[in-house]
Amino acid sequence: MLVTRKEDFSASHVCRNPALEPEENREIYGEDANPHGHGHNYRLEVTLEGVPDEVTGMVYDLKALKDLIRSQIIEPFDHRFLNYEVPPFDRVVPTAENVAREIWRRLESRLDGARARLHSVRLYETEDLWVDYFGERP
Amino acid sequence: MTRLTRRYRFAASHRLHAPDLSDAENRALYGKCNHPYGHGHDYLVEVSLLGPVDGHGRVASREALDRLVARSFLDEFRNANLNLDVAEFARLVPTTENVAAVIERRLTASWRSAFPEPWPVLERVRLLETKRNAVEHMAPATAETGHSIREELTTHEK
Repeated sequence: MLVTRKEDFSASHVCRNPALEPEENREIYGEDANPHGHGHNYRLEVTLEGVPDEVTGMVYDLKALKDLIRSQIIEPFDHRFLNYEVPPFDRVVPTAENVAREIWRRLESRLDGARARLHSVRLYETEDLWVDYFGERP
Repeated sequence: MTRLTRRYRFAASHRLHAPDLSDAENRALYGKCNHPYGHGHDYLVEVSLLGPVDGHGRVASREALDRLVARSFLDEFRNANLNLDVAEFARLVPTTENVAAVIERRLTASWRSAFPEPWPVLERVRLLETKRNAVEHMAPATAETGHSIREELTTHEK
């Protein structure tokens, strides 16, 4: 069974590789490389997979999941400039793909040992562009 | 493994009328969708790609995908009468299912011109005719291999 919690945060970013010249960054990232950055109202969907507990009927305590996402992701990301204020985006380009991976990494480490496992992280950069990250399966 | 999805919009008109059936059979089968002058929709089409994240932090360049989508179907379908302006629908009934399949075939046919490397691959096309109706059409590579494409990706990313 899959259980999904939705949250959102607003943040700015610049998609650029600091090792490249501005023209090269514009060639690769287009307008997303505008040097002063731009912002999005990101929407996040975190999906866990598991079996409902026979006693509680829950795959995972959704209040605990809400608190986890808010403390690990929303609080540090919301109303921030990702490149300047949220590691590792000082050195990792904050594309939607990389932001989704970082969200996964932060959540997965806190879910170790839980009955449910992290199934996917979906991140909407805009309402017309989103990524689904399913982790690196062993 | 990462899926990238980009949503596009186009307004188009169409009429559902099967050339091999009688007028009465078409009316009974398609109801309002068979009205003689056709009708229109604001279609939403979601194109999903699968692949590893590249050195630029992306499954695929958004611009490359946009250009491929524009030239393979979007420029032609936008503000068109599907039955009269799109060759496939001269005989093929432009149901949501058939439109999604035509979009996928056109994307697949032109895929390597935009994405010559093994990754990303086209995973699926999802087409929403209205807010209430959606069709999801898997690309052949994904349909044939099913979940094994995910195993390939996991191996590739190691």
